[in-house]
Amino acid sequence: MVIIMKNSKYDKFADMHKAEEHRVRNAFLAFLVGGLVGMLGEFIIEVLLYNFHISRSDASTFMIMIFIFIASLCTALGFFDKLVTKFKCGLLIPITGFAHSMTSAALDYKNEGPIYGIGSNVFKLAGSVILYGVVSAWIFGMIRYLIGVIS
Amino acid sequence: MLLLNSFLFCGFVCMISQIILDNTKLTPGHITSILVVVGAALDSFSIYDLIIKYVGGGALLPITSFGHSLIHGALAATNSHGFVGLMMGMFDLTATGITTAIIFSFIFSLIFKPKN
Repeated sequence: MVIIMKNSKYDKFADMHKAEEHRVRNAFLAFLVGGLVGMLGEFIIEVLLYNFHISRSDASTFMIMIFIFIASLCTALGFFDKLVTKFKCGLLIPITGFAHSMTSAALDYKNEGPIYGIGSNVFKLAGSVILYGVVSAWIFGMIRYLIGVIS
Repeated sequence: MLLLNSFLFCGFVCMISQIILDNTKLTPGHITSILVVVGAALDSFSIYDLIIKYVGGGALLPITSFGHSLIHGALAATNSHGFVGLMMGMFDLTATGITTAIIFSFIFSLIFKPKN
């Protein structure tokens, strides 16, 4: 006996299963890649701590600079975009995503000139992060300060 | 131990944002902005400092630490300058990250050509 199914119904079922599988795989990939990035960061901090005898805050500053340098260089060389489409949030949420958005915006608008191209578009994507970060930090900081003053 | 904690925490943040990205209509721009606000909110009552103490470098890499360092610098400056310190110290700790990103993106955009 052959079960006859309408094409539209079949498409709906197939779509549902496909989407479900991709979601689980995407989440797992993001966990793995994001975790590896975090672990690499801690590893770099410890290597700097034991080899150069600097304080932990200095070491973490150097670690962030190293990550931004690597992400900018890989974006400029052109293969970071492929990695981002594959791993999505695993690379977009760490500081590498911030550097990637700035470098790719600068490269995309390069041929419109240094002022109206690079200059006004560098913060196109990273600007929202800075704006909402500063506004929320100001509001929360004011609340915290006022609580400190009152008590 | 810090290595394992870094792996788990950074992976956890990335996984949560990937789940939000897949199941809602929010774009990566929305999610990074939300995470920055979450980081600032967590640090306003010193919770993020505790996380950094137990997690180490893994807590400094996700974009939540950007909001954390914004408010951390602002609150540190209020100790010596009062209310004006909120504006004076806002970029004290994040200045390295932003400056490095600006300089390298400018240099690389001058050197390299866009691929597509």
